[in-house]
Amino acid sequence: MAEFRMPSLGADMEAGTLVEWRVKPGDAVKRGDLVAVVETNKGAIEVEIWEAGVVEEIRVTVGEKVPVGTVLAVVRGEGEPAAAPAVTPTPAPCAPPTPSAPPRGGPVRASPAARARARELDVDLGAVSGTGPGGAVTLGDVETAARAPKPAPALPPAAPPAAPGGQRVPAIRQAIAAAMARSKREIPHYYLAAELDLSGALAWLARENERRPVTARLLPVALLLKAVALAVREVPEVNGFYQDGAFRPSEAVHVGVAISLRKGGLVAPALHDVDRLALGDVMAGLNDLVARTRAGGLRSSELADATLTMTSLGDLGVHTVYGVIYPPQVALVGFGRVQERPWAAGGRVEVRPAVSATLSGDHRVSDGIRGAQFLAALDRILQAPEGL
Amino acid sequence: MTRDEIEAGVRTILRGIAPEVDLSSVRRDADLRDELDVDSMDFLRLVVGLHERLGVDVPEKDYPQIRTLDGCVAYLVERVTPALAPGR
Repeated sequence: MAEFRMPSLGADMEAGTLVEWRVKPGDAVKRGDLVAVVETNKGAIEVEIWEAGVVEEIRVTVGEKVPVGTVLAVVRGEGEPAAAPAVTPTPAPCAPPTPSAPPRGGPVRASPAARARARELDVDLGAVSGTGPGGAVTLGDVETAARAPKPAPALPPAAPPAAPGGQRVPAIRQAIAAAMARSKREIPHYYLAAELDLSGALAWLARENERRPVTARLLPVALLLKAVALAVREVPEVNGFYQDGAFRPSEAVHVGVAISLRKGGLVAPALHDVDRLALGDVMAGLNDLVARTRAGGLRSSELADATLTMTSLGDLGVHTVYGVIYPPQVALVGFGRVQERPWAAGGRVEVRPAVSATLSGDHRVSDGIRGAQFLAALDRILQAPEGL
Repeated sequence: MTRDEIEAGVRTILRGIAPEVDLSSVRRDADLRDELDVDSMDFLRLVVGLHERLGVDVPEKDYPQIRTLDGCVAYLVERVTPALAPGR
């Protein structure tokens, strides 16, 4: 049996409310099926299931708010027997005596292999009953503990009431604050900025839009998005996740796009495989993502899959963005407003449209040299827009 | 199509972009991006909406002319129904 759990839809999510089931016991499901809708502080999110089989049991009812990790449903895999009806328990045969475990509170006796495996599986050695000599925890004990159903974590405590005279902070703002506080606490940020000449890219874009129908016009943000995705291929240290003391680079480039919500707040759902999309598909995907973000209807994979994030505050007149990385990602790319600026080239000063591009990098994974190489690649790619 | 019908069409498009805004409070000569808190993607949705609803294609070089409600309606009046244009 596989457990379908409340997913974590962002570093700032602690719990979600199950608002709709799209399957019932007996329904067949396959990987990627949308099976439920969960209400979070980012709005209603459609949740995909990543197991295939038949829904055996629904554990959480509509309207219940449960912490991340809570089992929502149980899915019977193909070929597995259905759950047996309850029977009168018979006395178990006497088990051989197990070696007495050392009193808890002291160091846990465990083999190096067991300790390494416990780290990989996120198992607390102190909570595992050892069956090895003298109660030592063995590799098998760790793997058995990892397979055991975990108790549902407690709901996060309710937010305290606002202090007298103060304004109650909306839930989404509290969630963003929690994620950003965690980011600043855990990630040693470094920041780099570069001014990029967009005269060639925007001239190309204007010619391109003249030949396109209105419904297929491109915005500069689509060029910036694609350029970021291509630059990532040259500097993979900005694309992936830092988890459990290690960097896990991602082969895929799923760019999280920071989108403001009209009633306040920010969401950064992922546009998948941006490096492989044609510009028209980047623009269409962006349109769709923005529409569903603001109207409700994002999918769980879009909230959890971003391998790095891009934010653009140019429409609001901001010159330079110094962004905060969304953990467990390791970088964030920021763009300011495209503005005409004096530009020195070939011994002359001209007026050219330019934009400030910034990289917020995780010093555990990359440093200024690699970060600078990323911005240099971004610049080079934008100077050849026909290659986007 | 009358001028009022054209403006009604524009307001319908804007309502879809900024549903929480009271359009009756929008200043007719103010930049729609500020009045409705819309960004470049929303503005492109307006342009696409004008194409789909009123059959008018606004080239990028003409975007500054449709940034206010009055400017947008005046622009469309010239192109949707030439008979309503001033002096005709």
